[in-house]
Amino acid sequence: MAGQTLYDKLWQAHLVKQRDDGSALIYIDRQLVHEVTSPQAFEGLRMAGRKPWRISGSIATPDHNVPTLHSERSAGVAGIVDEVSRIQVKTLDENCEEFGITEFTINDVRQGIVHVVGPEQGATLPGMTVVCGDSHTATHGALGALAHGIGTSEVEHVLATQCLIQKKSKNMLVRVDGQLGPGVTPKDVVLAIIGKIGTAGGTGYAIEFGGQVLRDMSMEGRMTVCNMAIEAGARVGMVAVDQTTMDYVKGRPFAPNDSEWEQAVAYWETLHSDADANFDAVVELDGAQIKPQVSWGTSPEMVLPVDANVPAPDDFSDPVKKAACERALQYMGLTAGQAIKDIRLDKVFIGSCTNSRIEDLRAAAAVVKGKKVADTIKEALVVPGSGLVKQQAESEGLDKIFIEAGLQWRDPGCSMCLAMNADKLGAGEHCASTSNRNFEGRQGFGGRTHLVSPAMAAAAAIAGHFVDVREWN
Amino acid sequence: MKAFTVVEGVVAPMDRANVDTDMIIPKQFLKSIKRSGFGPNLFDELRYLDEGQPGQDCSSRPLNTEFPLNFPRYKGASILLARENFGCGSSREHAPWALDDYGFRCVIAPSFADIFFNNSFKNGLLPIVLDEKIVDELFTKMYAEEGFSLTVDLPNQCVRLADGTEFAFEVDAFRKHCLVNGLDDIGLTLQDADAIREFETQWQAKSPWLFREHSA
Ligand code: SF4
Repeated sequence: MAGQTLYDKLWQAHLVKQRDDGSALIYIDRQLVHEVTSPQAFEGLRMAGRKPWRISGSIATPDHNVPTLHSERSAGVAGIVDEVSRIQVKTLDENCEEFGITEFTINDVRQGIVHVVGPEQGATLPGMTVVCGDSHTATHGALGALAHGIGTSEVEHVLATQCLIQKKSKNMLVRVDGQLGPGVTPKDVVLAIIGKIGTAGGTGYAIEFGGQVLRDMSMEGRMTVCNMAIEAGARVGMVAVDQTTMDYVKGRPFAPNDSEWEQAVAYWETLHSDADANFDAVVELDGAQIKPQVSWGTSPEMVLPVDANVPAPDDFSDPVKKAACERALQYMGLTAGQAIKDIRLDKVFIGSCTNSRIEDLRAAAAVVKGKKVADTIKEALVVPGSGLVKQQAESEGLDKIFIEAGLQWRDPGCSMCLAMNADKLGAGEHCASTSNRNFEGRQGFGGRTHLVSPAMAAAAAIAGHFVDVREWN
Repeated sequence: MKAFTVVEGVVAPMDRANVDTDMIIPKQFLKSIKRSGFGPNLFDELRYLDEGQPGQDCSSRPLNTEFPLNFPRYKGASILLARENFGCGSSREHAPWALDDYGFRCVIAPSFADIFFNNSFKNGLLPIVLDEKIVDELFTKMYAEEGFSLTVDLPNQCVRLADGTEFAFEVDAFRKHCLVNGLDDIGLTLQDADAIREFETQWQAKSPWLFREHSA
């Protein structure tokens, strides 16, 4: 019998019941809850007179709607100006209180974007099944967990039963071999992968990211890669557990304590695909060939190396892609053949669950240190992923570097990633963004998003247009 | 989920084809944090003369007296009689939530949009497909007789008139089972509560750190 993949092992370990119709009941270890997709789920519980199955299975924090301006933040929930946002955040507080769920509330130092908070607290761990009413839940797969996004009805289902009805996906291995060049980051790796396999390339698969580049990568870098599995069409992205994983987890508040540690490590050491495991699909990339990436269009697969030129519709033979290119050029206000480096920017956003961790902020700070944001940039935001990331950055003096360079230093939240709060693009504005989606209107009505790494976004803020960070000094 | 076995009730008309989910519940109400409370805004743009806002008290709003649901004779109706392709448009689960909250238990139409049809079953609302001719006949009878009511008998899969006439309808066996027993997905999963508990016991022995209580 062939060996098992990491996904097979995690699936097997959590299988409560296999049903005749091919679906299965899968046990969920951790549910992360935020204010946007949970209210109806709690309401559903109340209406049916149900209680959560296991309260310790869930952790909550508000992130999508919270204001990031410190002045608005300081008054807590009551101070949120937008009424709909305020009600959603307040409702989360009330629901968590009523059902006894642990919540890191708006001004708790542990509050932040769910996908930053989970690993940071050790609330998401190797070998766990993790769900959240949010499509970027794959982030937690970086720890060797089986993690994916779910809908509101499923949020309620997990609250009530600690299980989910699932069908097993196929296995895909994305292997990035070799070594990355200087200035090339995990964000560039995942954008290059999406550029290669397309936004539907991973549909129906659970993706395991492997190869030397992933083995050499930090935990935070692996989170950036897994975060965008959904942009490649896969609900699940993950990386095998190794020493880097264990070192990251040790000592975190929700991690196994000393008496449990050996037992945990013994299990976690099995969390990798067997050498003879069978993958339904394998994709290979050479890490040395990956350059800093910039998305030019309105889908994450519309991405190119920074030294390339914007494509023309005729570059695509597939009529659907040709038409998509045409539409994207028009929406983005770009000309075919124009150098990516010549794209002028209006705003810069460094943040989101893809790139708002301490390493991201360090990389951005290193680029802007001692320099000034270009006059043509209307607004450049740095939004840390959690209160603890913010605290750490401030203890390293990164906030001062950003502020001196002319960037704004904000409080943690999703912010301009999806523009549910006041942070958004105006129509026609170009933004260098470290987030994960460049859909039309995602960062504000008519806004034009270019997905890049933190270092690339920082350099673009200084130059006013895209530059190749590999040549930055 | 509420069980659905036999429902007897007054029938109200929604006498137009292609009623979409935006008509059933306009988008401004999707900002709500609730799954209940959509009833007063069901068919909002047709029912009221002004533009509805979320959170507004609807009792003092000007009613469109020409809209049948506002007619006294259809007060308390629990069965909605509709035309083809009912529930088309977006996938919002708010549409069945609104119908249910208003008090409808059942919608009868010659055809339904797919997602709405599915969402209805998940929310205890029974969509019944009857032949166009039968639906026509029911509309005629309903308009002719004030207080016209029907009996919907799900176990026996038929719609019954007061005079005993019956119209049979089809329903997927699994969905019928769930509705008759008031089982939603959660209810179904909870039938396996023992298996879940059994799983938890062995899983907790293997991974005790996953089951520690913690506090904020
Ligand atoms: S940062 Fe953006 S992508 Fe991530 S959870 Fe928030 S809104 Fe979603």
